[in-house]
Amino acid sequence: MTKVTMTVNGKSVSGDVAGNRLLVEFLREDLRMTGTHVGCDTSQCGACVVHVNGEAVKSCTMFAAEADGADVATIEGQAAADGTLNTIQQAFQDYHGLQCGFCTPGMVMSAAALLKDNPKPTEAEVRDYLEGNICRCTGYHNIVRAIMAASGQDVPAVAAE
Amino acid sequence: MYSFDIERPTSVADAVAALADEDAQALGGGQTLIPTLKQRLAMPSKLVSLSGISEMKGISQAGDSLTIGGGSTHGAVAAGAGAYPALAALAGGIGDPAVRNRGTIGGSLANNDPSACYPAAALGSGATIVTNAREIAADDYFQGMFTTALDEGEIVTAVTFPIPEKAAYVKFEQPASRFALVGVFVAKFADGVRVAVTGASEEGVFRWTEAEAALSADFSADALAGLSLSGDGMIGDLHGTGAYRAHLVAVMTKRAVAAAG
Amino acid sequence: MPKDHGIGASTKRREDVRFLTGVGNYTDDINIHGQAYVHFLRSDVAHGRITNLDTAAAAAMPGVVRIFTGADFEGVGGLPCGWEVTDKHGQPMKEPAHPVLAQGKVRHVGDPIAAIVADTLEQARNAAEAIEVDIEELPAVVDMKAALADGATLVHDDLSDNLCYDWGFVEENKAAVDAAIANSAHVTTLELVNNRLVANPMEPRVAVGDYARGTGDSTLYTTSQNPHVIRLLMGAFVLGIPEHKLRVVAPDVGGGFGTKIFHYAEEAFCTFAAKAINRAVKWTSSRSEAFMSDCHGRDHVTKIELGLDADNNFTALRCLTYANMGAYLSTFAPSVPTWLHGTLLAGNYKTPLVYTNVKAVFTNTVPVDAYRGAGRPEATYQLERVIDKAAREVGADPVELRRQNFITEFPYQTPVAVVYDTGDYHATMDKMLELIDRDGFAARRSASEAKGKLRGLGINCFIEACGIAPSNLVGQLGARAGLYESATVRVNATGGLVVMTGSHSHGQGHETAFPQVISEMIGIPEEQVEIVHGDTANTPMGMGTYGSRSIAVGGSAMVRATEKIINKTKKIAAHLMEASEADIELKDGQFTVSGTDKSVAWGDVCLAAYVPHNYPLEDIEPGLEETAFYDPSNFTYPAGAYACEVEVDPETGHVKIEKFVSADDFGNVINPMIVEGQVHGGIAQGIGQALLENCVYDDNGQLLSASYMDYTMPRADDLPHMDSYSVDHSCQTPCTHNPLGVKGCGEAGAIGSPPTVINAILDALQSGGHKVDHIDMPATPARVWAAINQAS
Repeated sequence: MTKVTMTVNGKSVSGDVAGNRLLVEFLREDLRMTGTHVGCDTSQCGACVVHVNGEAVKSCTMFAAEADGADVATIEGQAAADGTLNTIQQAFQDYHGLQCGFCTPGMVMSAAALLKDNPKPTEAEVRDYLEGNICRCTGYHNIVRAIMAASGQDVPAVAAE
Repeated sequence: MYSFDIERPTSVADAVAALADEDAQALGGGQTLIPTLKQRLAMPSKLVSLSGISEMKGISQAGDSLTIGGGSTHGAVAAGAGAYPALAALAGGIGDPAVRNRGTIGGSLANNDPSACYPAAALGSGATIVTNAREIAADDYFQGMFTTALDEGEIVTAVTFPIPEKAAYVKFEQPASRFALVGVFVAKFADGVRVAVTGASEEGVFRWTEAEAALSADFSADALAGLSLSGDGMIGDLHGTGAYRAHLVAVMTKRAVAAAG
Repeated sequence: MPKDHGIGASTKRREDVRFLTGVGNYTDDINIHGQAYVHFLRSDVAHGRITNLDTAAAAAMPGVVRIFTGADFEGVGGLPCGWEVTDKHGQPMKEPAHPVLAQGKVRHVGDPIAAIVADTLEQARNAAEAIEVDIEELPAVVDMKAALADGATLVHDDLSDNLCYDWGFVEENKAAVDAAIANSAHVTTLELVNNRLVANPMEPRVAVGDYARGTGDSTLYTTSQNPHVIRLLMGAFVLGIPEHKLRVVAPDVGGGFGTKIFHYAEEAFCTFAAKAINRAVKWTSSRSEAFMSDCHGRDHVTKIELGLDADNNFTALRCLTYANMGAYLSTFAPSVPTWLHGTLLAGNYKTPLVYTNVKAVFTNTVPVDAYRGAGRPEATYQLERVIDKAAREVGADPVELRRQNFITEFPYQTPVAVVYDTGDYHATMDKMLELIDRDGFAARRSASEAKGKLRGLGINCFIEACGIAPSNLVGQLGARAGLYESATVRVNATGGLVVMTGSHSHGQGHETAFPQVISEMIGIPEEQVEIVHGDTANTPMGMGTYGSRSIAVGGSAMVRATEKIINKTKKIAAHLMEASEADIELKDGQFTVSGTDKSVAWGDVCLAAYVPHNYPLEDIEPGLEETAFYDPSNFTYPAGAYACEVEVDPETGHVKIEKFVSADDFGNVINPMIVEGQVHGGIAQGIGQALLENCVYDDNGQLLSASYMDYTMPRADDLPHMDSYSVDHSCQTPCTHNPLGVKGCGEAGAIGSPPTVINAILDALQSGGHKVDHIDMPATPARVWAAINQAS
């Protein structure tokens, strides 16, 4: 067992982990932060995306021990303390960018990473960036719209037609 | 996963020492190794994580060559290899953004997946693979699917790429995995053209010498007219036959030449 | 002005907030103190006899609580099938046993052999590797036609052959259909495959079984679309637990698409084992495990013949389909290729005679059951593909050929048993043609050709039977369940409501849309209405969510229960205002007496019901709680017209969707935002089937597409951009037989889009001079390239 200490959503946490403990397992099972999801075992679906030191990573494809000393951000830390949704979260609700909600934490975290690096992405850039996030419900259409809207770009309202 | 210990050395020397233990295995970005471990297809006693070794990171240019630390992530190369645009573009097209933030060039070259992108860049550029022990020319390094010249416990610490006059990498993706069904790297140097192909052959990445000769004489897509490869020895699977892959090699090579300009 | 609340408003979804902040409650988020973990040792061969199974060494491994094998389930029931099909000779289908754990034989890769329960999952997996199992391999039965050949290896030794049933529909019409085909001026024939798919909801299946020794109560938390159905099937047929001692909870469920309808072995196992070891038992499927244990969908091989007279009127349709059942009969598997498929073969057309023969086949593959659309996509695909081919053969315009054969008068009795209540197929066709800008296609094709690409335009019309279903009808057809839905409406003393519905939301947004209906009926804010679903302990017996039935059947039950509430509150209001009940009106949450200025608020009436001091106790009971069960009198028949433009790269075979439009008739729409989201998702799955997704077995029954490395899930960049994508539902012919006039929208996209895409690809290839008449799904680059090569 290795002792790891990291900051998760601004709060210092620590625990003893086995070498094969994945970061996502540490979050879900040790910290009981179940917002981050696991949807595959081949590092493709992206339901587990969190930020480590400001970068999007698949928390199912990183060991907890490797996050020792890191600054980790998860879906649970995205809204304001009073529960107010952040811009991306609010856009996902406004544009119906989620249905079952299972891929949503990864989508929101990926979107946040995209907009940090590219504040006004084109639609093609958004779609390309989401290559590592699979959604089965929405057909991505409203996810793309939500991310474009969250970046401050003009997107027609839902169900306007 | 089976159980194992994990170590995080901060120097190459410490990593090499840690890898001397029986059944110890190096962990680069883990984007291939961790899924493999989940399937219980590997049983290391110990993983030696290379991600904390700062001397293995970074990109530096010296004259006409670019040296990239083996621990540099694909994302870092995409952002930092501007001196070699075709290489930066290739790195920016590997996997997806989250994978690119973890996966490393050293890890990819050590694994030598027959469908990976970096082997095409290294072989196509005539790069030099630098390890903790020696330097290996790319032409000697790749020895077939998942096989390289690396010895047990040897670490890819850096890769040095000569910067060509023109180059481009064009990839036709396997639709599910998004690895290369066929990827072709074309690089034009003063003394000739190199063409490296990934994804296609059962022998892993290879140089298409006929195309190299034709392009060395005339660097244009037209120069490739009439050149083709046999489907024999090409990978055949549910995403395409060997004949299809052979056909795509010719198409992607033309497109790479066109893209290189 | 669009409405901002009630029916027709695009109310933002309230459930989104918990999903967006990471505080949803999915089954894998549930952990019970002291729980153990189960790992299933699954067969790695497709077909074989277990000759030795020794768990002794494994049982002694660290952390192992107990190892279960088929022997532990000898006295326990097998997994039941919920639908009995009668074949064309009047005989019932063959119904082999489906054990929870393998009994002597394994029949597909993934068939569970043993279940290892341990303190941790890692310990369970370690112990699984120590189990000694010897399997004498038998030839794998994979190809359906080979499975029916004389001398084929039997998947089930106790059956005479691998034919589950040989179904004819409408059998009495067979001779007439044969004669009409023979006498047709032109017959178009097509053989095609409806590719096997894996539903792949993003949340893998999970089951947590729990047992309370003090009361003897069992609880199962499971990823289900229909917890009551699981309670009935598992309690009554598998484990013998009476329903009052068994609670099934399906909390937040991360997508279903059909594959979470069925009762699975893992659910029964966890419930059984929790009692056996007196400790909660948890199973979480990995994605790799899901590929070999979740029921698959589709997998039909069909020959279809369409007869036309000299004026291009359809004369008759004759079909032969081989339908893969997999190794065992899943819960509703037999119904999919039969009653959910044969009854839709008239499509939107007045073809007078239809006959289909369906041979359902056992193979050594994962069981096949309903997947989004279930039977209706298969019917639509074959019909719309053969019509497109016919148009090419007779030189007709594909739009006009469809139009001239459209059904235009309603209600319409089809030759395949069902009666369409309403529709307007010309209206959706007109809308689709407007959206696709057919007039501008020639210019777009020229622009594509200038880039070296081939451009094609494909169209498709479809109809589906949704809102399943009238119980008495489906009972005659073999269903072993009723298909009503239920709702209990509980009004609290201060006027707020709770609706306990038998429908289940796993992404459909019931928590938002259902209150819109109540708000419209009573005139109170939507926020005053709470929806409870997914727990057999606090909802009335309901049949769950599938077949686009939630709003049409579950919503109707809620309306009926709410009507009872309104009737009662009017009596109370009449008493409070000393007026005649007949004069009471309810609007905007106020009761008034017509012709007077008297009024009393909704909340005051509700309070009176629970504080009945001034109350007509002699006439009515206190309290306000009503339940309704709604059984529809007919299916609903959503219909639509879709169009798609593709660009094909002839050098690589790659197909790109350049434009996609849909014009659907869903009848009335409760929440347009949610409806459009459903269509987007269905279309993505339909495009996935047409271009990307394929579940492939090799000749040995090994699953080749066993993970996302080889099974192509649609991604954001596979789908059309927003400026070239339009989903329309403005054509509305309300359903005539349910109180909301709704038809259902969940499956339309998955039904309407596959033939649209394939028709477009063929149009593109033909435009390039490649005489390709058909290409099987998925039209991968390799297949398109091969088709071009073979044709030229």
